Amino acid sequence: MELVYTPAQQAFRAEARAWLEANVPPAPLGSFDTAEGAAEHRAWEKRLHAGGWAMVPWPVEYGGRGADLLEWLIFEEEYYRAGAPKRINQNGIFLLGPTIMEFGTPEQKARFLPRIASSEDVWAQGWSEPNAGSDMAAIQASARRDGDHYVLRGQKTWASRGAFADWLFGMFRTDPASERHKGLSFLLVPLDTPGVTVRPIAQLDGETGFAEVFFDDARVPVANRLAGEGEGWKVAMATAGFERGLMLRSPARFQSTARRLVELCRANPATASEALREEVVRCWMDAEAYTLETYRTVSRLLAGGKIGFEASLNKIFWSELDVRMHETALRLLGHRADLLPEAPAAAGVGDWLDGYLFSLSGPIYAGTNEIQRNLIAERILGLPRSG
Amino acid sequence: MRFAFSDDQQLLQGAVREFLRKECTPEVVRALWADARGHAPGLWAQLAELGVLGALVPEAQGGMGLDERDLVLLLEEVGRAALPGPVAACAAVAAPLVRELGGATAERWLAALGAGRAIAVVGHPANPFVTDAHLADLLLLARGPELHAVERAAVRLVHQPASDPGRRLHGVEWEPGAGTRVASGAEAERLLAAAFDRGALAAAAQALGAADRMLELAVAYASQREQFGRPIGSFQAVQHQLADAKVRVEYARPVVYKAAWAVATGAASRPVDVSHAKLAAGEAAALAARRSLQAHGAIGYTWEQDLHLWMRRAWSLALEWGDPPLHLARVSDFVLADGAPIGPGRTFEGGS
Ligand SMILES: Cc1cc2nc3c(=O)[nH]c(=O)nc-3n(C[C@H](O)[C@H](O)[C@H](O)COP(=O)(O)OP(=O)(O)OC[C@H]3O[C@@H](n4cnc5c(N)ncnc54)[C@H](O)[C@@H]3O)c2cc1C
Repeated sequence: MELVYTPAQQAFRAEARAWLEANVPPAPLGSFDTAEGAAEHRAWEKRLHAGGWAMVPWPVEYGGRGADLLEWLIFEEEYYRAGAPKRINQNGIFLLGPTIMEFGTPEQKARFLPRIASSEDVWAQGWSEPNAGSDMAAIQASARRDGDHYVLRGQKTWASRGAFADWLFGMFRTDPASERHKGLSFLLVPLDTPGVTVRPIAQLDGETGFAEVFFDDARVPVANRLAGEGEGWKVAMATAGFERGLMLRSPARFQSTARRLVELCRANPATASEALREEVVRCWMDAEAYTLETYRTVSRLLAGGKIGFEASLNKIFWSELDVRMHETALRLLGHRADLLPEAPAAAGVGDWLDGYLFSLSGPIYAGTNEIQRNLIAERILGLPRSG
Repeated sequence: MRFAFSDDQQLLQGAVREFLRKECTPEVVRALWADARGHAPGLWAQLAELGVLGALVPEAQGGMGLDERDLVLLLEEVGRAALPGPVAACAAVAAPLVRELGGATAERWLAALGAGRAIAVVGHPANPFVTDAHLADLLLLARGPELHAVERAAVRLVHQPASDPGRRLHGVEWEPGAGTRVASGAEAERLLAAAFDRGALAAAAQALGAADRMLELAVAYASQREQFGRPIGSFQAVQHQLADAKVRVEYARPVVYKAAWAVATGAASRPVDVSHAKLAAGEAAALAARRSLQAHGAIGYTWEQDLHLWMRRAWSLALEWGDPPLHLARVSDFVLADGAPIGPGRTFEGGS
């Protein structure tokens, strides 16, 4: 156990910090759940990519930097430290990218990965359907084979960034006689395909953060299928593992929220009761614990390990920490907790309310925390199966 | 940067786990509870043989010459077995203190401690009562800004029965003298601060092992006990309670391991890391205890059921070497200070 950075890692940190200092936009970008904000974010991603920092751990040939996962963690720390914008293409860079690296053909890797790294293609994730939420194996959207195309019918819903994305990945039933986990295939669908209709849905914060997507005999080439026909479930489980696990929620994100929370606490001595101060300190401790566990996971992965069901522990920990941090912040803000960011009296603290609303979705998306608890109980603790 | 244990470290942990699984069964623990001295010389000698007692004793004195990064895994096993007696007190706190004292004290005692021929415990102001003082040949006792080395014949002990019969608390009365003083002033303060952090780390590591074991007991029981025609462990209400405890335990683990690194390397972050570890592991163990008891139902509330061996251990570990408010205050003072070095990139020294 050597918990010190090597000189090379320190040099890497310095390089990342210098670039970010020179390039991070001075003013926050608009929300990427608005058309304008989405455009600003695409421009930022382009700049990040030109600087060589878009996908730190990916191979150079796919638009990455060829760094290892520890360097990725260091980069993430610097990224959040610099207050750089959220990544509009999270689904592409953190979820689909690793999935294509694991399951894609060489042609698919060459075709999709560089455009994901540069966020030229922004991706939406199409698992959920109106009748298939937690029970993902219940999906009905179908893909009927017709020569070298699939013909898609049905509906996906709650697709984050769906309103502004270019492509959607998701599971479709390719075997009409199949049930549950069998007969599903993982398809990559351009959202401008004739027969595809995207209808934005306003979220709790009023912005069109997700969309429902309708497929009405939309034709997609068979070459857009990842892995074999009928192997969709296996691929989707890998993607879901990335979502709960390492990539999507890097610890630096929670550390920077914890740091802002500490600053808020210090700036508001009148509302910072003993109990609230204690909760602030506990939030900081948990953000550190999450960071330490991630370093441990990365050390294990670098030694050849794999992420398994422990991704479910991860998911519960970060999502509940995020809610607690924002609840604590709102209590520190007192009556100002009610103000939207644009309210003149909000004086720069309105984004806590935004963050709070978003944090509330954490225990729901990426598989609800109840589903994660089921998995921990049965797959990690080894309790008997329920039901 | 590598946050992982070596194969050697894990092998040693496995050997100690296996040994304690066989030799420190719940029956053995209960027999020691009933024993007048609560001490098993045979077990003690075998722990010395395995290298546990001499882990922090230099090789030149016949010890293993390891550091806290190795010992933390062994202390976890001590907790997992609810092993009675002063193993942690002696191996993790007293032996390194004697080593740091050096001089005549080290010459006289260090090799004997590592070999299991002598037992030493530390009386620190954080612990009003000294655990297992009745077994100690040597007591290292604080008095104001001084540290004294006192043999047992020179102290009067008042047993204070407490919840965990595997750890006997004693009030200690004694007279300091020039002959017993082994350190004073800043030197004594430094030694006592290091002993405090070692003690708190050892408590955290044991709590982690105890928490693991309590969850294991809950899973075993809930898998076999049937109600409504099904194992109770197949009910989500039971599953989710245990899953939550598992989350807390697994996120206390890296905190304890980082604290072990900080103590072993003398990192500047040591006090905060140790306090964080003590809180995280203590709370994880408390939650595991509660959830495991609940899963057991009334049988868990009996003296016959083994669960309380670890529950009692968890309660007492939470209070020794600084209770939760004390450790929380240490972390708060760091986190809420002006210009605290916190946030992304500040977790390890060498980040910046
Ligand atoms: C902000 C946000 C972004 C999202 N983005 C996407 C996206 O990009 N792509 C996508 O496909 N989906 C997305 N989702 C949808 C998300 O994956 C689903 O909401 C989630 O899987 C739960 O499904 P559901 O909403 O249908 O709830 P349901 O499955 O109907 O569940 C409702 C409640 O019942 C509980 N429940 C259900 N089954 C069980 C069970 N077996 N045991 C215990 N409790 C159970 C759930 O935990 C939940 O509390 C997003 C959701 C949110 C909130």
